[in-house]
Amino acid sequence: MINPTEYVPKSFQPRVSTYWWLGRWAYAKFILREVSSLFVAWIVVVTLLQIRALKGGPTEYAEFQAWLGNPWVVILNIISFFFVVFHAVTWFNLAPKAMVVRMQGKRLPGVAIAAPNYAAWLVVSSVVAWIVLRGLK
Amino acid sequence: MANRIQLRVKRFHPEHDQEPWFETYEVPLRKEWVVLDALNYIKDHLDGSLTFRWSCRMGVCGSCGMEVNGVPKLTCATFLTECAPGPVRVEPLKNFPILRDLVVDISDFLVKLAKSKPWIIRKVEKPLEEEYFQTPEQVDEYKQFSMCINCLLCYAACPVYGLDPLFSGPAAIALAQRYNMDSRDQGASKRMDILSQHDGIWGCTFVGECTKVCPKHVDPAGAIQQYKLTSSIEWLKSLVLPRGAE
Repeated sequence: MINPTEYVPKSFQPRVSTYWWLGRWAYAKFILREVSSLFVAWIVVVTLLQIRALKGGPTEYAEFQAWLGNPWVVILNIISFFFVVFHAVTWFNLAPKAMVVRMQGKRLPGVAIAAPNYAAWLVVSSVVAWIVLRGLK
Repeated sequence: MANRIQLRVKRFHPEHDQEPWFETYEVPLRKEWVVLDALNYIKDHLDGSLTFRWSCRMGVCGSCGMEVNGVPKLTCATFLTECAPGPVRVEPLKNFPILRDLVVDISDFLVKLAKSKPWIIRKVEKPLEEEYFQTPEQVDEYKQFSMCINCLLCYAACPVYGLDPLFSGPAAIALAQRYNMDSRDQGASKRMDILSQHDGIWGCTFVGECTKVCPKHVDPAGAIQQYKLTSSIEWLKSLVLPRGAE
């Protein structure tokens, strides 16, 4: 690195603690947002396993369903659900930061960018819920 | 309301101290006083050796940024009454080497700022007699980013910069974006070579605290994410049109 001055004074370089993210709620929330990616990955894996079981026939699917009923899988999936919701909400809330949409020379407010994302989420979730609940009848 | 308040101020003397330590002072608690007034009171009446930067006292110069109760703030814009009943913890900005007491070394930022080329770059300059006209809409495109006062609160709030000192950091990128969005500028490609590197925009994990602490509402986090989008589009274009289309 080039130093703009010839003289380099003596200084104290503070070290960042491993637990820096526990100091403020905003940092802890950021870390939780990053960790939520692991739970998103878990849900993807479960979905892929479900598709594979579906392809394998009724016996294999019944086994898969039995595995889903394991208490630890249920607990993990409940935790994953909350993390995935947290992941989606934080993602949609950040979308307006990255997208600048101008209409008639004025920048659209953040809510106008986030709202269609939430609306699409609601529509897709409703369709999936309708398909799943219809299958339960 | 109590008429006095305690300040716990971080001290460091490079010639005597191995590491910083805290000293407690008691100052009058006046409703019109900001933290900077309290520091000046300490310097004038209690301890003349206390060292800190300040200049304008009105949120324009960007010199008096410090950590007040663990949050990066302009001390000229933080009222003592907001921190009552105290004690108020005053520390130098995080993520920078401490030179003495509340003064930090910002050389690293100055190098990074210069690298991001925060000035108008023209392929061909117009003759001096001619003007570069801009509509109010064109000014609006970059005005927000031009409000940066280099106070470095964003660097102090950014854990990425704290953990990876090679990261360009919020203000340098926001200021690059200020010129990229300027209709008079033609240097976006030159800045992209520097800022599209790993230590540029891609180092940012979007913690978002830089935007929250910015006293001028510059939104550096927004600038970086917008730059990521632009950079990705340019990368896609380079794949589709490998010969390039200027």
